[in-house]
Amino acid sequence: MSMSTGMIWFIIAMMGVGTFLIRFSFLGLIGDRPLPEWVLRHLRYTPVAVLPGLVAPLVLWPAATGGAPEPARLSAAVVTLAVGYFFQNVLAAIISGAATLFGLLWLLG
Amino acid sequence: MTTSNPKSVYWKGVTDGAPFMLVVTPFALLFGVVATEAGLNVAQVMGFSVLVIAGAAQFAALQLMVEQAPTLIILATALAVNLRMAMYSASLTPYLGKAKLWQRALIAYLLVDQSYALSQMKFENEPDLSLSARLRYFAGVITPVAPAWYAASLVGAVAGAAIPPEFALDFAVPITFLAMIAPALRTLAHMAAAAVSVVLTLALFWLPYGTGLLVAAVAAMVVGAQVELWMGRRQGARI
Repeated sequence: MSMSTGMIWFIIAMMGVGTFLIRFSFLGLIGDRPLPEWVLRHLRYTPVAVLPGLVAPLVLWPAATGGAPEPARLSAAVVTLAVGYFFQNVLAAIISGAATLFGLLWLLG
Repeated sequence: MTTSNPKSVYWKGVTDGAPFMLVVTPFALLFGVVATEAGLNVAQVMGFSVLVIAGAAQFAALQLMVEQAPTLIILATALAVNLRMAMYSASLTPYLGKAKLWQRALIAYLLVDQSYALSQMKFENEPDLSLSARLRYFAGVITPVAPAWYAASLVGAVAGAAIPPEFALDFAVPITFLAMIAPALRTLAHMAAAAVSVVLTLALFWLPYGTGLLVAAVAAMVVGAQVELWMGRRQGARI
């Protein structure tokens, strides 16, 4: 990573403060007032709104291959998603995905 | 079971929280290893895991740091991943809002997916619990979870330094994220949000500094909320 030590610590500190403020928001500052339903409705979708977009380019255009789609990584992604979806188990999904990746990388040389 | 003995409420929390050590430990290990491989030192890894304690956001920040995204984009994206915690905070406020300020601050710091899910369930099922019993239960739940997170991060960071870079762990982050996303695709609304997030991010990839992801995320949240409303109306119409 080419980032300076100071910048890394700045990001860590800001993430710490920001995350704390998000967690403290209603408990600490807003108190016992109910949150409008439309706000809750949007907050419910933040993880599925951010993470898939973050991961899609990493799967389709992996940096390790210079951005070319690559069968082992694509298969690992599909297996991870399928196991996670059907078994509702995060750990099982990670292990199956990693096994697929390393298995195929080894097979395909 | 309604427990009035404060000590036993604490220990109930500990036993309820203990199984989640199995979930938290591998994540923290992986973060330690991947972050070290990416070039962070042990102190920085621990800085992340102690000051932020939010796995998905830590991985997101790390990925964007490696991609050399601008600082503001890194912070906005990684913090957006944590926005769901505002919902946790809001949902526990009716139960814990009357606690002392330092207690609420401590709870906020320790408000992770696991402590939220277990406490919310407990408080909802046992509305007669006193405030002090609720605080003890929360303290009990987090007792095994947070130390496991710190310790495994440290082990991962130290081990990561010993793993040679040839063992390219570039795909550990995507696999971890996919594994977290898949079980969350519970409803049509969640799937629609995820689909919009993927398609728009890819379509807007030409935008500078990863701003496409932020645009896509906002659009995906709106779509998720709208699909939820639409499904609710359809169900209402059928009844």
